[in-house]
Amino acid sequence: MAQRGSIVPFAGWRRTRLLGESPLRQALRSVGDRVVRLAEDVVGQDLDARIAGIRTHLNEVGHDPFGFDPETSRYALAMAALLHRRYFRTQVFGINRVPQGRVLIVANHSGQLPLDAVMIGSAMMLDADPPRFPRSMVETWTAELPFISTLYPRLGQVVGSPENARRLLRQEESLIVFPEGARGISKTYDQRYQLTDFGLGFVRLAIETGTPIVPVAVIGGEEQYPSVADFKPLARLLKMPAFPVMPQMFFGMLAPLPTKYRLYFGEPFRFDGDPDDDDSAIEEKVWLVKSTIQSMVNRGLRERKGVFI
Amino acid sequence: MPNPQTTNRHKPSARRGREPAHDRPSARAPVARGVFGHVGESPTQAQETEPITGTRAKPATEGAVLVTGVCGRLGKLLARELHRTDQVVGVDRRPFDDRPKDIVHHQIDIRRKKMKDIFRGRNIRAVVHLGVLHDPRRSDRDRHSWNIVAFQKLLDYMSQYEVPKLVVLSGANVYGPQPSNPQFLTEDAPLLGAQHFGGMRDLVELDMLAQSFFWKHPNTETVVLRPCHIVGRVHNAASNYLRLERPVMVMGFDPMMQVVHEKDVVRAVQLALRPGVRGIFNIRGPGEMPLSHLIRQVGGRPRLVPSSLAKVALDQLWRLRLSGFPSQELDHLRYVCMVDDSRARAELGYEPAHPIDRVLKDVRRLRYQLG
Repeated sequence: MAQRGSIVPFAGWRRTRLLGESPLRQALRSVGDRVVRLAEDVVGQDLDARIAGIRTHLNEVGHDPFGFDPETSRYALAMAALLHRRYFRTQVFGINRVPQGRVLIVANHSGQLPLDAVMIGSAMMLDADPPRFPRSMVETWTAELPFISTLYPRLGQVVGSPENARRLLRQEESLIVFPEGARGISKTYDQRYQLTDFGLGFVRLAIETGTPIVPVAVIGGEEQYPSVADFKPLARLLKMPAFPVMPQMFFGMLAPLPTKYRLYFGEPFRFDGDPDDDDSAIEEKVWLVKSTIQSMVNRGLRERKGVFI
Repeated sequence: MPNPQTTNRHKPSARRGREPAHDRPSARAPVARGVFGHVGESPTQAQETEPITGTRAKPATEGAVLVTGVCGRLGKLLARELHRTDQVVGVDRRPFDDRPKDIVHHQIDIRRKKMKDIFRGRNIRAVVHLGVLHDPRRSDRDRHSWNIVAFQKLLDYMSQYEVPKLVVLSGANVYGPQPSNPQFLTEDAPLLGAQHFGGMRDLVELDMLAQSFFWKHPNTETVVLRPCHIVGRVHNAASNYLRLERPVMVMGFDPMMQVVHEKDVVRAVQLALRPGVRGIFNIRGPGEMPLSHLIRQVGGRPRLVPSSLAKVALDQLWRLRLSGFPSQELDHLRYVCMVDDSRARAELGYEPAHPIDRVLKDVRRLRYQLG
């Protein structure tokens, strides 16, 4: 656009300032870059190269149709790498069992905040070779929350609907699914590592799209935010699935406890049959996955020496 | 104003021949059962001896295309494209002053009886219904009368005169923006557009009416097009919003958006007019991107406002007639409502031709023209 001259001094300052990037955004970017460099030093891996290795199906205008944004994800991966390697000191077993191409990663859900998804995701990005970029299916109500609803799609999270899952699997992507849903993540401490009911949808989806299911046991998530009760009236008021009462909050500790995470990846299941089969037929397959995860969890619990070591 | 050069130029027999379907033989029979059939040989003889030529009725491809709401920006574009290959009859309450000479325009309300005379008077091979009232300022009653009652009358005439093709321009808004929406809605998704916004009720009903017409009249090829936000030089909510210097965005929300160029929609209508095409088709533009990117690419700067404040402020501005956007439309700025156009690509052969730069350039151009 042609610059219009003006005899008024500084008449154009507002326009030039506004056309550029805002100072706040610049500051955020420089902080973000430092975090990425710091994480790279700590982890000893080239995070940008791993992000650059992600292949999604871009549309005609160069955007991921589900809203994945590599720029935001690089900061998130840096934070996740720090959590993964340093804070939770995650041990990963059997990640090479995850097959190439489309895959459903089915895990037990725990820990009030979905850090177990973050750990599985960072394990796939940092420990798998070549790096895999998993998307996780999130609760619908997160799409109603301001900021979260923007952040999640940018990190590649997708609202959990069968149509979305089907589309992503047909694009040969990997999906993290927690069939326990909100029931699993908001368990109180007395029910730790006891799997709640699994939904049936994921098995139907796997059969329909011919996708292998990799069972994953997550150990260490239950102790990060021990919850003693679920305050249901407040949850209803805030329209949340649960409102956990966490004693550590009373001591001002907002961060999760630094438990040691262990992730066990099992042998993939490949189911065939009719995706529209009776519930009873599908339930058998779901039960098989669930009992495998439960036995992997039990074995993991037996093997570990302590919660924090 | 009737145009003596063009009215019934191709069809001298039409004015006499168009009677209600129940008391005449089918006007679109491919062979000589025409209106002059009783003068010469019997219809069966004509069929045997002269199957192709002679005084036969016009086949389905040789009639006029009736376009309702022809004086809107989209209607004019469509008429200008269509008149090169077809006879175009426009109907609108507004005048169509700069029309090409061979377009016949009737400046009437489609609820008027005169509408029937148009159907009776000429061979209409297709109806394109663009005359949908979207203005949220109008009363519910006005909108209902215009969108539903008028459309029902139009459908009555269509079945009475056995018009073989109907193209209705609905929109992806009938699905409604919802937090639980899948990223891409297929044509089978439920129409929940009116769930949170009563102003959408009649548009959903219009879509449903077209669908029931599809089933009730299998002889008429009904096509319902549901394009995503149509932008360009049109004056609709999406284009007006993108033209603002500082459009409001709801803080903490940045949904993925689809826009489609008006000329791509016109082409989709043209494709839908081909014989043999029927069904519901979602129409998508040249790709989806987050709303903030879209606004920045048009040259605007989003103004971030918290959701509750935006709602209160917009309600007040709406009451004072300072804003043209009802607060319920804020849902479009919060949740996704995008469509999957694979059916249109496969069955209609539709492919968006205008790249996103061109689409946004056309939006922007009008902004500078308006000053």
